[in-house]
Amino acid sequence: MRKINLLLVLVMPLVLLLGCETPGDAAKGSDGKGGGAKVEDRSGASASGAKGGGAFSGHPLDDPDSPLANRVIYFDFDSSAISDAARDTIAAHAAYLTNNPGASVVLEGHCDERGTREYNIALGERRSNAVAQLMKLQGGNSNQMNSISYGEERPAATGHDESSWALNRRVEVIYKSR
Amino acid sequence: MIRYTYISLLTLFALLFSSYANAALRIEITGGTEGALPIAVVPFGWQGSGAPPEAVSEIIADDLTRSGRFAALDESQLVARPHFGNEVKFKTWRFLKVENLVIGNVRRTGPQQFEVRFQLFDIFKGEQLAGYTIPSTATGLRRTAHQISDIIYEALTGEKGAFTTRIAYVTADGANKNRTYFLNVSDADGFNEQTILRSREPLLSPSWAPDGRQLAYVSFEAGTSQIYMQDVFRGSRKLIASFKGLNSAPAWAPDGSRLAMTLSKDGNAEIYLFDVATRNLKRMTFNRAIDTEAAWAPDGKSLIFTSDRGGKPHIYRLFVNAAGQRGQLKRLTFEGRYNARASFSPDGKLITFVHSVNGDYRIATQDLKTGNVQVLTETSLDESPSFAPNGSMIIYATNENNKGVLAAVSVDGRVHQRLLIKNKDVREPAWSPFEKRNAKGAN
Repeated sequence: MRKINLLLVLVMPLVLLLGCETPGDAAKGSDGKGGGAKVEDRSGASASGAKGGGAFSGHPLDDPDSPLANRVIYFDFDSSAISDAARDTIAAHAAYLTNNPGASVVLEGHCDERGTREYNIALGERRSNAVAQLMKLQGGNSNQMNSISYGEERPAATGHDESSWALNRRVEVIYKSR
Repeated sequence: MIRYTYISLLTLFALLFSSYANAALRIEITGGTEGALPIAVVPFGWQGSGAPPEAVSEIIADDLTRSGRFAALDESQLVARPHFGNEVKFKTWRFLKVENLVIGNVRRTGPQQFEVRFQLFDIFKGEQLAGYTIPSTATGLRRTAHQISDIIYEALTGEKGAFTTRIAYVTADGANKNRTYFLNVSDADGFNEQTILRSREPLLSPSWAPDGRQLAYVSFEAGTSQIYMQDVFRGSRKLIASFKGLNSAPAWAPDGSRLAMTLSKDGNAEIYLFDVATRNLKRMTFNRAIDTEAAWAPDGKSLIFTSDRGGKPHIYRLFVNAAGQRGQLKRLTFEGRYNARASFSPDGKLITFVHSVNGDYRIATQDLKTGNVQVLTETSLDESPSFAPNGSMIIYATNENNKGVLAAVSVDGRVHQRLLIKNKDVREPAWSPFEKRNAKGAN
């Protein structure tokens, strides 16, 4: 059974890729009635890896060769368009979320330092929403995803040139429960 | 004679050192002093035991010089050191080709009480332009000095001085996991820095209430953006927006009754009005683009904001009536590929904003009548411009040697200043409004 699950996780992205759709407009969020958005911490469902046969024995999220190991999606300047390369990553995570209804992620949107801080906060949200939208289209449930934007406040690289900026224009996929 | 000079230099050095030691923020004029008007500020007399708690005349000389409009003479150039009006011999000053002279005296009137008297003279006419006696306290002497600077500035330029105002700004310290953010308020000259909030999560967008007593700001302390308002002097604060999604870019309306803010609770970054008394929200923008960074016109009848509804971020203006009903919407900026975070000059004639020029992000102004854009800075990562309440200067944040620093530029782009804060990343400056006048010192 576990073996089948693991297989699904590995195969699903490929299947999803074939039926890949373009992302729609920024996600229409649910109405907020106040109160900070909180990530529900659902513990449990920590599957262990298949015995024998597989090259990696461990949790699929810990497999360095899995597309799930890629947790960062990069963007062009002032853009929330998702690149073809990023679609594979997103598809893998969407498949994992589909197969693990107890799993949940925070999608952290970030920007490079250029331009204004508040515009970047909004741009970071648009990036995380674009990723969430695509994950939903591929089967993830909206209650498994939570978007948050830090704008330019939490750079991954601190240089002031394109090599740093490219690393900072990103959405990080952070698993809150597996 | 030589000995006297030596001693006075030592005293001067000691005074300078002691005042800089107290300053968290130091202001350097980095360019544009050419047209500054020379003015003689004679070290004030002192009647009391021990040393005076503050070098009042030095604070005044620094204020006037910092404005870029005046250049206080070096002490060595002073031809006499009168403290009282009857000691002033105008003839001896005339050949210095200095038009104005400031003299004064500080007297201790009680254990913590002082009386500061000053006079401003027109040297060529040989007459007094202003003169006041102001009661003060040991802790209030810096403020009294700034009040005197305001009076001198207004008497000589016809414009209100902004030396008694404050600035709010955010500093960040420490790397990675140890990064800590501070929301600070200091006098306009960088002295009396006080931290009113510290957090391990980012802080941004301080916005002054029109009474100069409260700040609204964005805090990520709960792991997501929220808007708070805080009494600057009491420290008490209220959470005012914590909706799902963004809670950002608060901007206090000029009458203090409402705040504009950016929320994405309905799915996209839109501008809302928040009524402070009723806590009611009214949505102002309806567009799938990003709409954020609202700022009010001084008359409270319109808002300007950043939107990328035209493809790139530009500044738009939306008229709003007292009931919060939307009026005409107009795009204001057309030059360049990126215009954002705009705010009005106090007279409502100009807006200042971040403007990209060949990939550099600089501070610009646009004349609302003519549409003329003037780029005021030559650096590359400038942001968060904010007018002084008298409209004379624009304070902003920029980057120098991989560190965030504050800078200021005169509205004509001539005078440039760097505001240095020791060893910290500084950003998000916001210049306070004028303090509501309480009783000024007796004439």
